[in-house]
This record gives sequence, C-alpha cells and structure tokens, in this order.
Amino acid sequence: MTETITATSGSHSEVEPGHPPTATGLSNEKVGMWAFLGSECLLFGALISTYLLFKGQSKPGTIVPKDVFDIPYTSVSSFVLLMSSLTMVLALAAIQRGDHRRTRVWILTTALLGASFVAGQCYEFTTFVREGMNLRVNLFGSSFFVLTGFHGAHVTIGVLMLLSLYSMSLRGKLPESKAETVELVGLYWHFVDIVWIVIFTLVYLIP
Amino acid sequence: MAIVTPSRPEALAPADRLDTPTRFLRRPTGYTKGLWGWLTTVDHKKIGLMYMGTAFIFFMIGGFEALLLRIQLGSPDNTFLRADTYNQVFTMHGTTMIFLVIMPLSAGLANYLLPIMIGARDVAFPRLNAAGYWIFLVGGLFMYSSFLLGGAPNGGWFGYVPLSRNMPGHNIDYWVFGLQILGIASLTGAVNLIVTVINMRAPGMSLMRMPIFVWMSLVAQFLLLFAIPVITVALFLLNFDRLFSTNFFNVAAGSDPLLWQHLFWLFGHPEVYILILPAMGIVSEVLPVFTRKPLFGYQVMVFSGIAIGFMGWGVWAHHMFATGLGPVAVSAFSASTMFIAVPTGVKIFNWIATMWKGKITFSTPFLFAVGFVAMFTIGGLSGVTHGVVPADTQQTDTYYIVAHFHYVLFGGSMFGLFSGAYYWWPKFTGRLLNDRIGKVHFWLMLIGFNMTFGPFHILGLQGMPRRIYTYPAGRGWDVWNMVSTIGSFVIAASVLTFIYNIYKSRNSPLVGDDPWDARTLEWTVPSPPPEYNFKEIPLITSRDELWHRKYTEDEHGRAVRRELPEAQPVMAGTEVEPSGEAHEGPDLLGADVGHGGEGAEEHEPHIHMPSPSYWPLMVALGLPIICYGMIYKVWAVAIIGGIWTMSSIYAWALEPATAPEDTPVHGPDTAGHDVEAVPAS
Amino acid sequence: MRRNRRLAALSATVFLFLAACAKNAPQTTLKPKGDVARRIDHLINPVFLVAAVVFVLVEGLIVICLVRFRARPDSPEPEQIHGNSRLEVGWTLAPAVILLLVAIPTIKTIFDLARKPADAVNITITGHQFWWEIHYDDLGVTTANELRMPAGRPVEITLHSDDVIHSFWIPPLGGKTDVVPGRSNHMHYEADAPGTYLGQCTEFCGASHANMRARAIAMNPVDFDAWVAGQKAGPVTPPAGSLAEAGMNIFTSRGCAGCHTVEGLTAGKVGPNLTHFATRTSFAGSIFDNNDANLHTWLGDPQAVKPGNKMIIPGAKLNPDEINKLVAYLDSLH
Repeated sequence: MTETITATSGSHSEVEPGHPPTATGLSNEKVGMWAFLGSECLLFGALISTYLLFKGQSKPGTIVPKDVFDIPYTSVSSFVLLMSSLTMVLALAAIQRGDHRRTRVWILTTALLGASFVAGQCYEFTTFVREGMNLRVNLFGSSFFVLTGFHGAHVTIGVLMLLSLYSMSLRGKLPESKAETVELVGLYWHFVDIVWIVIFTLVYLIP
Repeated sequence: MAIVTPSRPEALAPADRLDTPTRFLRRPTGYTKGLWGWLTTVDHKKIGLMYMGTAFIFFMIGGFEALLLRIQLGSPDNTFLRADTYNQVFTMHGTTMIFLVIMPLSAGLANYLLPIMIGARDVAFPRLNAAGYWIFLVGGLFMYSSFLLGGAPNGGWFGYVPLSRNMPGHNIDYWVFGLQILGIASLTGAVNLIVTVINMRAPGMSLMRMPIFVWMSLVAQFLLLFAIPVITVALFLLNFDRLFSTNFFNVAAGSDPLLWQHLFWLFGHPEVYILILPAMGIVSEVLPVFTRKPLFGYQVMVFSGIAIGFMGWGVWAHHMFATGLGPVAVSAFSASTMFIAVPTGVKIFNWIATMWKGKITFSTPFLFAVGFVAMFTIGGLSGVTHGVVPADTQQTDTYYIVAHFHYVLFGGSMFGLFSGAYYWWPKFTGRLLNDRIGKVHFWLMLIGFNMTFGPFHILGLQGMPRRIYTYPAGRGWDVWNMVSTIGSFVIAASVLTFIYNIYKSRNSPLVGDDPWDARTLEWTVPSPPPEYNFKEIPLITSRDELWHRKYTEDEHGRAVRRELPEAQPVMAGTEVEPSGEAHEGPDLLGADVGHGGEGAEEHEPHIHMPSPSYWPLMVALGLPIICYGMIYKVWAVAIIGGIWTMSSIYAWALEPATAPEDTPVHGPDTAGHDVEAVPAS
Repeated sequence: MRRNRRLAALSATVFLFLAACAKNAPQTTLKPKGDVARRIDHLINPVFLVAAVVFVLVEGLIVICLVRFRARPDSPEPEQIHGNSRLEVGWTLAPAVILLLVAIPTIKTIFDLARKPADAVNITITGHQFWWEIHYDDLGVTTANELRMPAGRPVEITLHSDDVIHSFWIPPLGGKTDVVPGRSNHMHYEADAPGTYLGQCTEFCGASHANMRARAIAMNPVDFDAWVAGQKAGPVTPPAGSLAEAGMNIFTSRGCAGCHTVEGLTAGKVGPNLTHFATRTSFAGSIFDNNDANLHTWLGDPQAVKPGNKMIIPGAKLNPDEINKLVAYLDSLH
C-alpha cells in the first residue's frame, strides 16, 4: 500500500481496510484463515478418528469396505482434486501478475475440477447405496458417509467461493489489490485437498 | 526517533476534548442511534456490553433454575418438582451456566477490553464479532424456546449416549442444535479475538507486555478454537443418530458409547479452563491495582497459563475413571490430573505474593478477587483428591463433585467475573458502583456460597449421588440439604443486591478516566471510551504502561509519582525500565511506526471506523430457522433458513467493511456518550 | 475481615469433622465396611490431611496479607516487587513433589484394586431402567436389586447394561463402576461382617435415576448357603382356593406375566424375576421396603411413585380387590 503511516497515531485504521499494518505483518484475514483451518483440523481429526474406531466394529455379515470400494475410480477423482490445487496456485500467480484473463481461466478450471470431484462423489455414493450400503446399515456405513459427505460439503463450499471469485472478476471487482482474497480461498482449497489425501489414504488405501 | 506524547485525554483542556470528535470521528449517521444502533453495531464495546447484559439475564434464569432445584432437594421425598421437570431444570441449569453465562461473560469482557488493553481501535473482524454475539443470542433463545415447545432438554449437560440417543421427544434435539449454534458463536469469537491479539497490538505492545487478562483470554480463545470442533463432531454424530437413524451411538450395531464420552470430555475439560482462565486474568489485573504493586512473577503467570492450556488437553479421561478404562490408562490420567495442579498452585502463590507487602485497599473488586483466590483454592484442593483415582470412584457423580466444580466455577469464575464487573464498571459507564452495597453483595455472596456448596462436600462423601430428583429420609442428608437450600437463597439475595447497586449507580457522579489509579491502557481512555477508543494509538514502552507513565521507582524500589506526568513527553524506547522487566530487544512494529512517523504532522483527517451492518444479525436469524426445520423434519423450512443465512453471508461479503465517505459527523453536541464522559473537571 | 476468614477456615474444618462423625448416614463412604472401601479410605485420608494443611497454609497467608498489609493512613507506597525466581521455582517444585508422593501410592492402589480377588463368588449384574438384575453365575440364582453376599468373602461382579449407562455403587463397600451397554466392566466388593449396606445408581439414566437404588446384604456363610438353597428351590404354588391363588390368576390375566418371570408359571423378561419375591427385603429398585402397605402403593399406580419405569399395567388400573389378591400372591412367593 502506498499510504504513509502518520506519526503520532500509528493508526491501524486510517489505511485501506484489509491492509492495515499489523503486529505480525500478515493481514488479519490471513491469520484468521489460519486459525480457522487449525480449528478445522480438529474437526476432521475427530471425524476421521470416529471412522477408524468404528470401521471394524460393524456387526459381522454386514457390508465392509472391500465390498464396495472401487480404488481405481476413487484414485482418478482424487487425482482430479489434486490437480485443482495446482490450478489454484496458477490462479493466484496470475492475479498477482495482474493477468486477469488467466486468473479467471484458472479459477474456473479449479472450480470445475472441484465440481467434478463432488459429482464423482455423488456417483460413488449412489453406487454404494445401490450395492446395499447406506447411512443406517451398519457402523461402517454411518461413519463412511458422514466423514466423506462432510468433506464433500467442504469442497462444495469451496466451489461456491471460487465461482463467486469468478463472477467478481468478470464484473471487474477483483483487482490485483484483492489478490489476497484469492490467496485466502486458495488456503482453504489446499486445506480441503490435503484433508482428502488423508481421508483417501486412511479410508480407502489402508485396509 | 519519533517523539510521542502519551495520550492522557483528561489532561487536555475540555474545549479541546470537545472538538476532537468532529475532527477524528466519522461514521454513518442515523444508524448508530437507539435500538437500530444496537442491532447493527459493530463496535466491540457495544457488542461486549450486549454479551455481558445477555449473559447476566441468563445468569438470573440459571440461578432461578438453581433455586427450583434447591427447593426440591431441601427436604427428603419432596414433590415440588416432578421427576422429568427436575431433569429438565438441572440440564438447563448446567447448560445455561456454562454456555450462556460464564462463557459469554468472559467473551463479552474480552470483547470490550482486549482491543483497548492492547491499544487497538477495534477488533480484527468487527462484523464477525457482531455475528458472534447474535448467533450466541439466537442459540440461547432457541434452546430456551424448547420450554414452550414440548419440554426442555432433559439428558444432562453432558448428554451421555445412549440415553440421549434414545430419549423420546424433541427435548434433546433442542440441546444438540442449540449447542451447535452456540459453538459457531464461540468459534467466530475465538478466531476474532485471537487475530485481534496477535495482529492488532499497538506499537511496542510486545507479547510479554500484554496485560495478563489479555494473555489468559488469548489462551482461553485458543482452547475454544480447538475444543469447539471436537464437541461439534460429537453433536453432529448424535444429531445424525437422532434424525437419520445412523449408528454412531447405537450399541446394538456394535457402537461403543464411550466414544461420546471421549469426544465430549476432550472438549469438556479444556472447556473448564476456558471458563476459569479469563477469571484468573481478571484477578491478576485487580490484585496489583488494589495492592499498588505489580503482579508478582508476570512471566510465570503467563507461562503457567499456557501450561494449563496445554495440559488441559491431557486430562479429559479423569471424567471417566469409573467407566472401566483399565488400570494403565487410569494411572496415566491420574498422574496428569494431579500435575495440572502445579501450574494452578503456582498462580495461587503468586497472587498471595502480589498482596504481600502491598498497600491493600479493601474495595469491592479487591474483595471479590481475594474471594476468588480463597474459594478457588478449596476447589483446587478437592480437585486433587479426584486425581486419587480409587477415591474418585467413591466421589465421582456424587455431590462431592458438585461441590468441587461449584467452588471452581462459582467461587472461581463467577467471583472473578464479579470482581471484574466492579472493577471495570466505571470504564463501561463512567460511574462507580457503590462500594458499601458492593461489600454487602460480597459478604452475602461469600456466606451464601459457602452455605450452599460447602455442605455438598459432606453430602457427597455421605454417598448422595448427583442428578437425583429426590432422596429418602434416613440417609443423613436432610440437614445439610436444608442448609444448602437456605444458602442458595442467600446467594439470590446477594445477586439482587448487585442489581440494586447497578440501579442505584445510574445517578452516582462521573469519576473520570482512571478512578482506581490503575495500571493498564484501558484507563488512559475516557470512561466510557469513544467509539474509536484511542484518539492516538499509544506507543507502549513497558508492561503496566499507564502505571509507568504515572510512577517511577525510587532507590528503594518504591513507587514515586512522576512530576507532571501528563506534560512530560516520553522518548520512545528510552524510558528506563524497572528491574525485573527486560524488554530491550527488537520490536519490529514499534520501530516501524517510529520511523514511518518521523517528522510527520499529527493531524490526520479521519479515523475510519467500520460501518454498522445488519447482515451479522440476519445471518444469525437464519440459523434457528434451519434447526427448527430439521428438528421437525419440515425440510422446506430448513431450506428457507439455509437460503436466508447463505444470502446474508453473501450480502455481508459483498458489503464493504467501511461505508464509502458519507456525511461527515457530529459536532460535539451529537457525539453522544463521548461528550458525556468528559470528567466534570 | 480477619475474623470472618478465620471463621471460614474454622467452619471448613468443622464441616469435615461433622461429616466424619455423622450418625445415621447408612450410605456414607466415610465408614468403610469392607476391604475395598478400607483401602480407599487409607489412601485418601492422608491426602485429605495434606489438603487440609495446604488449605490452612494458603488461607492463613491470605489472612496475614489482609491484616498486615492493609492500607493505613501512614502506609508508604509499597516496594515494586516484580517477582522472585527462587521463590517461584520453590513453589512450583514443592507442590510437584507433594503430588508425586500422592501419585505413587495412588497408582499402586489402582493396580491392586484392578486385580481379581481369589476365591470370589462370581456375580453378573445387569442394569435396567431402573432396577438391577443380579445373577449368580456359578449358583444359577437370579434375584433383583439386592446383592446377597457371604461376609468375609469377596464377590467378583461383572457389569452389563440392558439399555443405557448406569453405575453400580455400594459406598460402604467401595467405589463405583459404570455399567456400560456393549461392554463388560468388572469390580469386586467384600464385606467384613453381616449387615445391610445401601447403595444407588450413580450415572444419570433417565426420569427415575433417583429411584434406582440397591442394597448389599452380607450374611454369615451358613445363612448365605441357606439363602442360596432357598432360591434354588422350585417355585411355591399357592394352595387351591387361597387368596394367593386368586392373586396368581390376576398375575397371569392382568398382564404381569408378560414382563415378569415366576418359574414354572411365566417367562417375562422385562421386569425382575419374581420367583422368590417374598424373600427380598425391598422392591422396585429398592425404593420400597417389602411390606404389604408399600405393595399396595406400588401396584396402585407404579408410574406415580416411579416415573418413567416400564411397569405399565395394560388396561384399567388395578382395583383394590385385585391388588389385595396380588399382594397375597406376592407374599406367598418364598
């Protein structure tokens, strides 16, 4: 920012909102996002623990993970989500360069990759339900659907945020000075991706 | 080096004072007046007051519930309350006092004071702050609406499964959804206050110069940040069980009910420290002011607070000693439970050392602070006896436990909060609460408190279990129960005394900025503070900044008032720091601003304060609609609530934090409380 | 001020003293009547003493501060003491050492008490809302709410729950253990001498949690064996034409049979087994002494005296005549 900080006040508030000089040098929004993500770690931590605790506890004879999991299919959708982190990085780089056209391209790509992950998850869920697994059938069913569904909801919210950024950019409301907004959405997006890597490993890959 | 004039507003000529708002203050007109002003405010002080006011009303409701419980238990085989009514009342008493009273009282006080204590004009996210309050309010009202809609929650504040899973009716659903709403409020509050303290400190306000109340609140907010998601998951699972018949707590499907207890107490024990740490902070602020000595061992106080914060995560299973965890796990948690007493004990000794050789004035805030130390000690000692696991199997779920946590949460947290109320009341209102009535309040409360909860130790050791709506004669419990019931009415009388004191204080004289000759920054600003808190952001040169502006030490280390403290310009960074406080060292921010300001003129055009917004309120109002819809499975209603909240969030996100330049504001005559607060001198 | 502080300290001491001496407190933990309870008592009493010393020390220091350092007109400004590392290390270490000294015997006792006693009577107790089913594994005897045990011989109890979490506790005999559905928890008690020891469910388990009590009845080994023999004897059939027989007919016709077992007659599983009902000293979760007046009250309206319990008599309430007959029948079930 170009504002000079005036002498005696050292005021936090007279400069543009969003870019005050802060004690850490990081913006409030960024520190806030990190704090929120720290909280989210515990949220997913508790859900994942619940799943791990319960997956082997189901009554014998009811459906088990290996009956339904289609590892190749889920690997592909995991790859799609992973790629979306790459495009997210590219979007941020683009807006920091001031390349608004590429920014929009990459944001939209990220959103579409995220959306196809969610679509893939919906398809996976319907397949599972057709194969006799649902929320009520046993502990595995309950904890699997709630954990992955909760993650899917996070991805969906991320997609909504990306689409909002896209429409802001279209209307010229996402100037370079707001690059940090893209960065914040990116932080959230990468977090959700990392959580998926953990879930995919613990839920799908480790028997 | 910039020359910084310490801001002592009362030193300025009144005319000068009255002019300042015109020059400095800008805010949209119209909105900030009257009811609408409160509904749309993003001012952390107004929000803090609303938090505390609401929480105090809930305190009276929770207290009323306590009286009902005590009447029922006053005599054996009593039929004042029916079994299910009793269960609803005790569930709501616990839930109210924890989630709707002590947490929001601490949150409100932190909201009001933290920014001022660190020299900031506002919190990091003013609208998020407002949303936190409104969500808390609707969460509380939502939960209480259950009384009118078929019965209040009746599964205990701990909601153990499978009982809470299997209970018919919607009682428990109100509890589950209500706590989830309140969890959102706490989470937003935690993020906001953490960022505020980390990021918004004034130049020179290094972490180790922060007032201890700021530190303790910061630790508590970190605990909230990490504890709330854990209970959110537990509630979410229970919710799914109740609404969609999932199996998380369905024993028939192979579930283990202890999962709930682990999740609940993994939240629940940090929660205990969330409730007590801010009160410890208050006491650590109050004792030095009324003993005219600095807090003994500031660093140790900070680190013991942090230690409590960390260790608080390693003791949760001591709520589960009787559940059959096995001797190895039980021994580990027994040891951790005992050793968390160490940092707590250190605090108690440091408080005593603070009083030692002081010059003690027995004002009401001090009395409550000492009451805290004395009563909290009892609670701490009974806490250690719970760590002796074999004995805990005799104590747990008896009135001995009820005695223990009331000594910690009432004798501790509430005494601390009352101390804070008396101490900061003149900052909130410009007027003191009456000290004589305050003392009546204190002694009534101390006596009533000990009469009510002291006998619980005995009752518990004599085998009286908790959560029973009745008991037979002949167990040896009759007398102590009656004593306790009488004591509870003494407490009620003391609370009425407090309300009378508030009522009476409305006409008491204005007392200026610093009536206690205090130590910290909030006493440098007018009482009540203007919307922007600081006309000039202060430069902090030492811990207990205000005290060091007023006092120095002679060769014996005794406090000596500085000559002409107000007029004396203080060179930034050059002030001699008293022994024991070594804070030379890089202070990025202080240096930054110092250089940036070199030679600049002091006139700045405006102080931009964030504009009011009604979106936080709108976001909050959508949440109970979602919950009602889900409880009664009227999905359309839930979806409407969801759309309401989502669109409010969007509107909020698209609204600029500060409204574009609109009407410049306010001559002195319209500046409202700013003018009123000018000392009569 | 000073006087009040001292008064508080004094009254706290007096409280504990009174608690220890309380008469007529049959459910107290303070007068151990068995091995487990006594070990706990021996463990905690020194801790109480240490706590009392710390209490007196801390509160005493507070009182001294308040008296000695109160502001007087001539008091000088105090010295600004910011801390004292040596002192602070001292009062960090001192409690840590004390707690370590407490922790060692604690952990030893935890492991001692976790060990299964030799030569125990094996018992399975199942928690129900709101009563206890007590089954003697090796003896094939089932009763309710009253844990009969031979004095001087340990009983090893396995705990199950039929519905929600309960907690089984006979304070004079020892600590409580939670009764968790889906889990088997274990505990043991031993009574020194014959006698009746009162206890209660201590985990909130629903509307009538308060009405879920229990008794342990320790007997001379000889009496215990006689009791076992009595319980194993076949059911008593009331003589033809007696009031009790009329009661038996009501028992089968008014729905009692759906929930209660009387061997040779009915096989209900919801409520307690009533085969030898008349040998019990109490009923309905031990909230009533077993006598005719109480039976009349209970059968007249079970929901009124024990809200939320599962005894719901189908159809109309029992009329006094029916109750009379039922009571006669129940009295005959020796």
